[in-house]
Amino acid sequence: MEKQQWTPKIVGFLCNWCCYAGADMAGTSRMKYPPNIRIIRVMCSSRINAEMILKAFQTGADAVFIGGCHPGDCHYVDGNYRTKKRIDVLKRLLSHMGIDERRLRLEWVSAAEGEKFSQTMQSLTDEIEQMGPNPLHLTGGETYER
Amino acid sequence: MKVGVYICHCGVNISSTVNIDNVVETIKNVANVAVCKDYQYMCSDPGQEMIKSDIATHGLDRIVVAACSPRMHEPTFRAAVSDAGLNPYCLEMANIREQCSWVHEDKERATEKAISLVKSAVAKASLLEPLESTKIPVTHNALVIGGGIAGIQSALDIANSGYKVYLVEREPSIGGHMAKFDKTFPTLDCAACILTPKMVDVARHPNIELLTYSEVERIDGSVGSFHVTVRERPRYVDMEACTGCGQCASACRLAGRIPSDFDYGLAKRSAIYVPFPQAVPLKYTIDPDRCLMITRGKCGKSPSCVEACDRGAIDFEQAERFHEFDVGAVVVATGYNEFQAKQRPEFGYDRFENVLTGLELERYFSPNGPTGGKLFINGKVPRSVVFVSCVGSRDKRVGNAYCSRVCCMYIAKQAHLIKEKLPDTDVTVMYTDMRAFGKGYEEFYERVQKEGVHYRRGNAAEVYEEDGRLHVRAEDTLLGEPYEVEADLVVLGAGLRPPSSADGIASMLHLSRSSDKFFLEAHPKLRPVDTVIDGVFLAGCAQGPKDIPDSVAQACGAASHVVNLLSKDYIDAEPIIAIVNEDGCVGCRTCEQLCPYEAHAFDEKRGVMTINKALCKGCGSCAAACPSGSISMNHFRNDQIVAQLLEVL
Repeated sequence: MEKQQWTPKIVGFLCNWCCYAGADMAGTSRMKYPPNIRIIRVMCSSRINAEMILKAFQTGADAVFIGGCHPGDCHYVDGNYRTKKRIDVLKRLLSHMGIDERRLRLEWVSAAEGEKFSQTMQSLTDEIEQMGPNPLHLTGGETYER
Repeated sequence: MKVGVYICHCGVNISSTVNIDNVVETIKNVANVAVCKDYQYMCSDPGQEMIKSDIATHGLDRIVVAACSPRMHEPTFRAAVSDAGLNPYCLEMANIREQCSWVHEDKERATEKAISLVKSAVAKASLLEPLESTKIPVTHNALVIGGGIAGIQSALDIANSGYKVYLVEREPSIGGHMAKFDKTFPTLDCAACILTPKMVDVARHPNIELLTYSEVERIDGSVGSFHVTVRERPRYVDMEACTGCGQCASACRLAGRIPSDFDYGLAKRSAIYVPFPQAVPLKYTIDPDRCLMITRGKCGKSPSCVEACDRGAIDFEQAERFHEFDVGAVVVATGYNEFQAKQRPEFGYDRFENVLTGLELERYFSPNGPTGGKLFINGKVPRSVVFVSCVGSRDKRVGNAYCSRVCCMYIAKQAHLIKEKLPDTDVTVMYTDMRAFGKGYEEFYERVQKEGVHYRRGNAAEVYEEDGRLHVRAEDTLLGEPYEVEADLVVLGAGLRPPSSADGIASMLHLSRSSDKFFLEAHPKLRPVDTVIDGVFLAGCAQGPKDIPDSVAQACGAASHVVNLLSKDYIDAEPIIAIVNEDGCVGCRTCEQLCPYEAHAFDEKRGVMTINKALCKGCGSCAAACPSGSISMNHFRNDQIVAQLLEVL
């Protein structure tokens, strides 16, 4: 198989109320960003567990992006605080596994912050491009069991 | 499993960036896809008809629509799917407009992304399950928290629709801030003339139970059946017996010696009082912090109020009372507090007695105020008055970035009233920007300028005293130069802050608040009176600074939503909630602490967790934390999310 030029694969888990709406706002305002992100909508960022994020890295993601509401603005009162705690722990775990913790990024984006979403996507894509592929996949790009 | 996939062009919004033919050709060969079609506008009637007829002719059991954001048209397509006899939750949308065609320029890569998003949606759709909403019975009563103009309006509207309303106010009288005003901008209506009839209507209304001097202590339950506990503080006066004659207040040993809260301490009252003469209910209240009988257990030989009252209404044995009742809906109309001007010490509010806030000056205008409506301030008629705008508004230093919306106009109104009463007095307004946004406001602002009020753009910097006169130092930002004005009276246009009671209400009802700490509406544009908690609505300044017309309009809106809810015997609860698999649950109770809505209840007998369907809001935080994986989050199950994930990688 012909080797394609590598470009980062990024998975985004976005909460319905703030970040997903912020991504929609970026669209409505036609703010361009690189097409690397694949967005999966969840109702709250706290729906995401470690398993899903690890699964993403295991099956080929070069970065995982989690987007939630700003502190104090969570649609579900305090779900974003739980997300923050979980992601902080998971980042330490990733470092132990040899995955740069910058590959897991958590950002607060409000429904009005289309510009912030677009800029975040640009900077995340740039950063991962510089870092190169997810080290779990350097061995010929084959994936571990799905 | 037969999945029907529909790709929308959205005119050229999607098709100009995404190659629709490529998407259709690729998706046709994806597992489970029985039909894949594209159309100019899927949301149009023909588009929806296409889905409906395909469901009938091809026997489709899951539908994927790749179009705009589900936040836009998910309800539209759910309705279409449901019309065709399929469960509305058997629909999944792929967002290829807002999150693809509109944000990318490279057509090839945008098409590639669109394909991957559609595949991901197909994978999820294949795992979707039909969901049924549960029926929740509705109690046909409402609770209105706060008896200002917003609460009064909501209570009257709901009560006039034939439903019982409990109106809870923590002060001894309803009326709120509006009862303190003399005139209202821009029409100069007499505030009392338009407010007091409404207050009387509340008191007389057969459907309204008025609980004054009371606070909501606890609220349990959820939409349709909230259980409310209200604590009524003792007035030490029998409400039935008191006629409001006022003999007690005249007789009180402390008469004329206690600063009146209602008048911000500018006037004095007795230890037994009504806040203002038009109070509703017109029943006297004993101030427990001041009354000699209560604070010292002794008042002369015998309390003079008891002697003065022919009706024997005074009762020092009275204790607090608790009222418990059920309601189907709640209106939060807790209003605002005025910004504490001492937080801007440079204006000398604490140091100079002739520096007042807007609300304090309002009491001087009022015929029932400390001077009977005469502008006689600290023994003098002011010959020069300076208004300072944006005190505590648009000021990040005190943590208030927002505009309080009413100050520009109340300053204009007060400037007018001063000119009307004292035509020779100089009035200067130091403003940041003039915001005269409402109906008739700009015209009023113009009128006030014509009356001789000087408007100078720029912030005041400091108020200081020299030779017994106040001096205000400011910068004229249009001329770009500093200047000073001498003043007999400086009025600080203090802004609006969320009330201190908001904390308790927020935690009791699990309401979200915006960064300014006002209550957060469910959607800033389309659901401005709803909250994210079903059955709880917002009215007036509780949601953000507002003038009277806007407060009344929102109160009417909140009431109409309440009536809408109460008119039903049952409501459908959203089925996107967490479900416990009781066979897997080990009873560790990890989830219980995570739920912000207390929807989890542990069944001690069976050793498993249960989730209240009416309380769960479907965030899925518990499902993510369950160590045994026994909580399944409907419509966002682990397997559904993972299936989506594997398709995009």
